[in-house]
Amino acid sequence: MAERNRRPGQAFTLATRLAEIHARHPAADPDMVAEVVRSVLATMNGDLSAKETSLLAEVEELGRTIATAKAEIAALEVDVITVSHIPFATDELDAIIAHTAAATDAILENCETLDRVAAGLTGPDAAQLQEVTTRIYEACGFQDITGQRITKVVGALKAIEAKVEHIVTTFGPGGGEARPGLPQAVDTASLLNGPQLPAAAMDQSDIDKLLASFD
Amino acid sequence: MSIDKSMSVLIVDDYKTMLRIIRNLLKQIDFNNVEEATDGAEALGKLRAGSFGLVISDWNMAPMTGLQLLQEVRADARLKAMPFIMITAESKTENVIAAKQAGVSNYIVKPFNAETLREKIEKVLGHG
Repeated sequence: MAERNRRPGQAFTLATRLAEIHARHPAADPDMVAEVVRSVLATMNGDLSAKETSLLAEVEELGRTIATAKAEIAALEVDVITVSHIPFATDELDAIIAHTAAATDAILENCETLDRVAAGLTGPDAAQLQEVTTRIYEACGFQDITGQRITKVVGALKAIEAKVEHIVTTFGPGGGEARPGLPQAVDTASLLNGPQLPAAAMDQSDIDKLLASFD
Repeated sequence: MSIDKSMSVLIVDDYKTMLRIIRNLLKQIDFNNVEEATDGAEALGKLRAGSFGLVISDWNMAPMTGLQLLQEVRADARLKAMPFIMITAESKTENVIAAKQAGVSNYIVKPFNAETLREKIEKVLGHG
């Protein structure tokens, strides 16, 4: 502490402390201790103001918070998310696509059989049968839409997986080294939005109006 | 003048189930001369090698999307006037505008029905 800022009694306090240390540790030379203290103080660039002391305390607190977070992340075993949960979820979703595709193929095959039967009929029955098979073909389009929606969910899960891995690498045990940011996906498909939720989607009549506005 | 329903129609989609559905719906409205492709590149090869009267394509395919296929078709001297219908789940305004700017003849959003398909085909073939 600079001479000009020393409060009365502070030198006395230091002398008293040195005397106490000497009393407890007779082998310790007070001059040597004082020299060590002076050396330590000399490494500090000037005095710490109240603000700087407060900032230092905040930084120390921040360090403790980070250490606690790292310990908590380690305790959470977040690797389970990337190693087990997300692969399991994506496998299940892939299985849904495969099962619905197989079921849709079976429906279509039977529908095609009905069409062949209908071709040998005439009159109202034939017309009704064709009407029914047309409705079935239309309904089978669900498989394409659900497949695209599930693909979007799988993409979201993989993005979450990558983020979790990044957090674990950065803040987990042994982490802390600066790592380049995750590579950004090349935006080659900026218009591939996939099916929209009803609130955000245009229906066929909206699209017809939009197209007509170009004419 | 009636529509020539014997014309060759190329349908393009990476979902084989969807190709099967569109083929069957076309059959219901008496278009029986139908060929299939599962992506834009395969479709372009078939279009350049063959003689088609109509293309019905999905948008979301790899490696060549339906939009890229449309752009290639419009840039090809022999194919540029080809009627081209996009059938896609892409229902955002930006998609419709991009397709229109690329020269799409009409645009059908999935899920769709046979009546919409018939109506749009008639329209692009000049009878709507």
